[in-house]
Amino acid sequence: MKRFLYELSESWKIAAAQMRSNLTRSTLTALGVIIGIIAVTLMGTAVNGISIGFDKSMAVLGDDVLYVTQWPWKPVDDWWNYRDRKKIKTEYAETLNRMIAATPNSKLVIAVPTSSFMRSIKYSGNQVDNVFVLGTTSDFIVTSTIDCTSGRFFNELESRGGANVVMIGYDVADALFPSQSPIDKSVLINGQLFKVVGVNTRQGTFLGLFSWDSMVAIPLAAFNKYFSAKSDSDVRVKIKDKTKLADAKDELTGLMRRVRGLPPEKKDDFSINEQQAFKSTLDPVKNSIAIAGLFITGLSLFVGAIGIMNITFVSVKERTKEIGTRKALGARRRTILLQFLIESTALCLLGGFIGLVFAYLMCFGIGKAFPSFPIHFSLGLVFLSMIVSIMTGLFSGFAPAWTASRLDPVAALRYE
Amino acid sequence: MSSIPNNVRPLGPVVIDIENITKDYVMGEEVVHALRGVTLKIHRNEYIAIMGPSGSGKSTLMNMLGCLDTPTSGRYEFNGKSVAEMDDDELAAVRNREIGFVFQTFNLLPRSTSLRNVELPLIYAGIEPERRMERATQVLTDVGLGDRIHHKPNELSGGQRQRVAIARALVNGPSIILADEPTGNLDSKTGEEIMDLLERLYERGNTIILVTHERDIAAHARRTVHLRDGLIELDHAGFIPELDLPIAEMTST
Repeated sequence: MKRFLYELSESWKIAAAQMRSNLTRSTLTALGVIIGIIAVTLMGTAVNGISIGFDKSMAVLGDDVLYVTQWPWKPVDDWWNYRDRKKIKTEYAETLNRMIAATPNSKLVIAVPTSSFMRSIKYSGNQVDNVFVLGTTSDFIVTSTIDCTSGRFFNELESRGGANVVMIGYDVADALFPSQSPIDKSVLINGQLFKVVGVNTRQGTFLGLFSWDSMVAIPLAAFNKYFSAKSDSDVRVKIKDKTKLADAKDELTGLMRRVRGLPPEKKDDFSINEQQAFKSTLDPVKNSIAIAGLFITGLSLFVGAIGIMNITFVSVKERTKEIGTRKALGARRRTILLQFLIESTALCLLGGFIGLVFAYLMCFGIGKAFPSFPIHFSLGLVFLSMIVSIMTGLFSGFAPAWTASRLDPVAALRYE
Repeated sequence: MSSIPNNVRPLGPVVIDIENITKDYVMGEEVVHALRGVTLKIHRNEYIAIMGPSGSGKSTLMNMLGCLDTPTSGRYEFNGKSVAEMDDDELAAVRNREIGFVFQTFNLLPRSTSLRNVELPLIYAGIEPERRMERATQVLTDVGLGDRIHHKPNELSGGQRQRVAIARALVNGPSIILADEPTGNLDSKTGEEIMDLLERLYERGNTIILVTHERDIAAHARRTVHLRDGLIELDHAGFIPELDLPIAEMTST
């Protein structure tokens, strides 16, 4: 054991000396690994960021909320079966709430209606187009992650009375009121004045997925008064215990069938969705991005590894006589194997370290230049790329090191 | 021609006991019989020269004695232990502890200092760093290089390099020192200095096996073994000009 440690430290010294004396060669060889590690690390960072971005966007939906909609949140092949379904009406929410109140031990808390429309919003010369205008009740706050930086969500009184009040998203506020507080100012939506009561916290957008930043919310009564036309409505229902999601879903299905007055032999003519269903349609996309990206960048690392393997073979050939001498002095096969494995590993580790530093700087740069791009440089990734470097070194060094350890000492000593 | 050495030290126990060893090499279709049955006993504290023209099996015998290679047949005992059946790692351990190699081309590690070169066998023997350093410095001082321990081979003269190599051979306290043409790459004056060093080592109780084809180098030994065509032709004490000089040279004198 002790001897092994001495041999190990000796091997590290030789490897360091070897790299110093062949500086150009070592640098060029390590370059392959440097590029490989940069590519893999950046890709890992991006994949990580995409994943976090997805989850963040998904959090807007809430993991304890069920969505009653006409269309299911997943791709369907038989769209014609869904097209003719009756629309979901906002009045269902009231009916559902009465049923929930009448059900003992209901798994559901509250039903909230929402209607939406895309509209432009104006404030004294500033205009934001395609804003997602949501009409809902004051209960909405229970089912969502609304958190006002300034002001508040509209209250029950305003909700019932259909007051002209609005809570606006961060980006909308930023565009309309670049240099002043939006609170108590009146904005123009579809020709109607609405008083701003609150601004939602910034959530960030990602890959065009929905975000509260570009939405505004107004009382449903006001929404129906001014834009009653063909808006899309659905009902969201908050559940008590997110671990009993399936039970809650069953209960809600039953209630909705009663609302719709469906006889037992008829199929459901509505869909009940949850965050998870949406996630499961996005996860394969996320995973294939990750796999394809890591495979392609992995190839560049593989090319780097072949460079290391090649140079280690050259090194073994050049130092055949040295290997013979070492064997004559008592180096065992294991000693020689270890020596060359460590040489290739040291080269890879060095390349990996330099690559990591570059990757970190690049991530930092990208993060500064494009703040919206979700980049996430984690310690786990650092650890992983160091492991990958070591594995690459061992992989690429093994064949040459094995050849060296098997050399016949007599032939090696005679080699010129 | 140098004189016959006079101070012959008493023989110790047998270190090397070879009986009827053969070595065959397969070269393509042909089998080369490099050794055809060599029997040899070498005692502790002998100073023996192995001579022979090229192709006589001299190098093969040296590789056998140095445990770099194993015989095709025959018995080889080193300090009473059979070497013929040892595997690679066991042979490496014997080479490390029992045999000190001195090569014609020195075979020092070019980028390492004298000290690191001499330490190498100690590393393979698993000696701890402080003892390694101490022992290597001691041996280097013994061979007269106490002030050169931090020099690299390219900063040393040929004679100094060979001294480093001899220090390296001695550092693990081996049973034999196996010197293969140790003066082959040196001028005659430096060569004589190296031979003086070997003589001193012999006087201090080391066992020296000299492999050479140079008569005046072999003349330093106390026993001479002649090989020809894979067999021992002559094995006698001292160096006898009548026997050890070729006929042509004798007639001309």
